[in-house]
Amino acid sequence: MSQAFPGPYGGPVTGHVPVLRLGEVLLVTLQGDLHDSTAQQLQQDLAETISRSGATGVIIDISGVEIVDSFLGRVLAEIAGQTELLAARTVVVGMRPAVAITLVELGLSLPGVHTALSTEVAMELLTQHAPSSRYGGLRQESP
Amino acid sequence: MHTAAGAQARLPIGSDMDLVWVRQHVRQAAAQIGFGLVDQTKLVTAASELARNTLVYGGGGIMEAEPLTEGGVPGLRLTFRDEGPGIADLEQALSDGFTSGGGLGMGLGGARRLVHDFAIESNPGSGTTVRVTSWVGRPPRPREET
Repeated sequence: MSQAFPGPYGGPVTGHVPVLRLGEVLLVTLQGDLHDSTAQQLQQDLAETISRSGATGVIIDISGVEIVDSFLGRVLAEIAGQTELLAARTVVVGMRPAVAITLVELGLSLPGVHTALSTEVAMELLTQHAPSSRYGGLRQESP
Repeated sequence: MHTAAGAQARLPIGSDMDLVWVRQHVRQAAAQIGFGLVDQTKLVTAASELARNTLVYGGGGIMEAEPLTEGGVPGLRLTFRDEGPGIADLEQALSDGFTSGGGLGMGLGGARRLVHDFAIESNPGSGTTVRVTSWVGRPPRPREET
């Protein structure tokens, strides 16, 4: 199952935004100003990676993102939706306070998107209901 | 004021790369003029929505940024102009949930909530101009029932 991912932490599996694997959780870190096409590419890459790897959770860290407009908001909501259809859950972490304030004013509530303040909390959220990963949340390599 | 001079600009909007330039310019200009972090974020987000409208519905256009002062209060005005098909029903286009393209329908109505002043002019066949202005330190616009 983990053969599709080179290296101990998976290594980049997309051209633009790297998707890292930690046990059964995929970790994506968004940084800076994303092109629309990069966001859409990520959406496709995540769907394919989940279906190929059987990952049960996705963490999207947006602490490095300065603004979330309705386009990126829609992409995040769609990622959460498609993830659910592929039997995994998405947690968005690290949203900046100014981004949260702006999103509410903009009128976007991101239905279906789980959030957490930190990657650590998100990891707990995603692993507590997944018994198979309880003992191997971080991938174990035999020496 | 030399600090605000760099905020003046005229940027083309013709691709999703240009949306990135628009956001970066507005962020820098707003910071230079003295907007706080939350207000910068609101203005950049509004600019992103409006620039995307210009690109997607207007077939591309331009954004002009202009620093202003009114009664000693600095502000930033952004004008988005396209020569696309125009908007037949402005009222409908400004209402939440309305979309004719791939958005969530938050574009115009959402952008209006994020700025202090909002003006739109559109005629079918002759394009659309949206002008928004925000002022440093002014409280947000009052909540409206829509």
